[in-house]
Amino acid sequence: MQVATDTIIKAEELSVFYSGKPAVSNVSMDVPRNQITAIIGPSGCGKSTLLRSFNRMNDLVPTASVTGRVIFEGRNIYDPEVDPTEIRYLIGMVFQRPNPFPKSIYDNVAFGPRINGFRGNLNELVERSLVDAALWDEVKDRLNQSALALSGGQQQRLCIARALAVEPSVILMDEPCSALDPIATLAIEQLMNELCEQYSIIIVTHNMQQAARVSHKTAFMLSDERNIGGFLVEFDESSKIFTNPEDERTEAYISGRFG
Amino acid sequence: MALMTKGEFARFKRKRELKGRIFYGLCLGAVLVSLGMLGVLLFQLGSDGYSRVNWSFITSFPSRHPEQAGIHAALLGSIYVVGIAGIVSFVLGVSAAVYLEEYAQRSKFAQMARINIANLAGVPSIVYGLLGLEIFVRVMELGRSVLAGGFTLALLVLPIIIVASSEAIRAVPSSLREGGFGLGATRWQVVRHLVLPQAFPGILTGVILAVSRAVGETAPLIAMGALTFVPFAPDGPLSRFTVLPIQIFNWVSRPQAGFHEAAAAGIIVLLVVLLLMNGLAVFLRNKFSNRLEG
Repeated sequence: MQVATDTIIKAEELSVFYSGKPAVSNVSMDVPRNQITAIIGPSGCGKSTLLRSFNRMNDLVPTASVTGRVIFEGRNIYDPEVDPTEIRYLIGMVFQRPNPFPKSIYDNVAFGPRINGFRGNLNELVERSLVDAALWDEVKDRLNQSALALSGGQQQRLCIARALAVEPSVILMDEPCSALDPIATLAIEQLMNELCEQYSIIIVTHNMQQAARVSHKTAFMLSDERNIGGFLVEFDESSKIFTNPEDERTEAYISGRFG
Repeated sequence: MALMTKGEFARFKRKRELKGRIFYGLCLGAVLVSLGMLGVLLFQLGSDGYSRVNWSFITSFPSRHPEQAGIHAALLGSIYVVGIAGIVSFVLGVSAAVYLEEYAQRSKFAQMARINIANLAGVPSIVYGLLGLEIFVRVMELGRSVLAGGFTLALLVLPIIIVASSEAIRAVPSSLREGGFGLGATRWQVVRHLVLPQAFPGILTGVILAVSRAVGETAPLIAMGALTFVPFAPDGPLSRFTVLPIQIFNWVSRPQAGFHEAAAAGIIVLLVVLLLMNGLAVFLRNKFSNRLEG
């Protein structure tokens, strides 16, 4: 399945440091538009750090610094004149543990539109976001109840709905299923398949079966903690990575010989 | 195979259980001693002052005749002074805590500030009285007024409020902040809509504890020149005043037994005020923290 697609995010020689120590080194990769890109690799290889550098979430860590470029819609998001708040509005994020706000279900979804000054029909937007996140039928009769009363899987879909409500072009997902049971995981995976018609998705996952099931392209990372931190070993179509990888380290990892 | 024989195990188990019972007894004893002291205090106060606590005690001004002396001026003075102290220290303290935790974070300046604030909480209260005397009474020319007294007590409890609010803010999980930032919220929006509502019950607890301490403070107000005999109610922010603990101290130091009864009655009024404030704190905290949980 080799379809030519254009690129939505282009990382160029991207490195991230914590207190001067490299966490991710020299990553260059083209993330395709309207596809699912998976980032896999052993714990501590810098997958999450790489993901969080795509919407400048690392700026919130006082000791973090970044070199290289991340080109999104034709501009480098690390240019000094770019406002990180705007980047995070355009590139949404779903976190490892569901983190609904201690507010009602409705207010959770409406939070993003409200803080960004949305003036349209909020009810309609909240409903559409919940429908798109496959949660509407379960919560439509209790929108004013606390989001904390939902199950873990529902909370994570709510967090996806919350991200969808600001209509980002890219959604970053940092191990979104690691705190969920297999049924909830399946629901999220099906959801990702539907969402990638409208959105570009980058997902970090520990679960290689998940990456093989849902993603179009896969990046495999390893870490050399002494020297350069995490680095990109191989980045290719998922079908190739999981059946016939170029690099023997990728082969060893996906066949379960280490990691 | 086991680690030891049944007999050894049983003997050692008896020893362990004995130690456990001794520890339990010590802990229970500590509770009983504390409660017992409080009980004796309350009983003593009650038997001395019970006959004096009535409506006319609360509505009368002090007098040379012990049976006519009342707590009106001191009660109003306490309410005014502590009200001003509470409002001023709440606004300043919470703002300072937000700055330290959300904006300055790990800067050198913030670390220095934190250490100093923690130390300030341990400075003897009389020192704040002298500070208030110099700044508010003399430099700002507020006189020995309700306003100067309130500001002085605000300074005194400010470190407590900053420390308590900082802790409440720090206890807000960072995943909540990340969720907000991830949607494009600014720092201000994250603080306003996510951090402060979540930290509010903790902040409130700190504020009420601090204000409860302010109600009982005597030394700094004496140092800055509060009166001990006030036959009038405070009529404005620049009025002179006295407060409950000063009035009580004044009565205790008189020779007549009647004044000692009045002092006991004054202490009962003070304890009731404290109890009401702490009750309010618990009520508000539960109200805010239950609002949206499950």
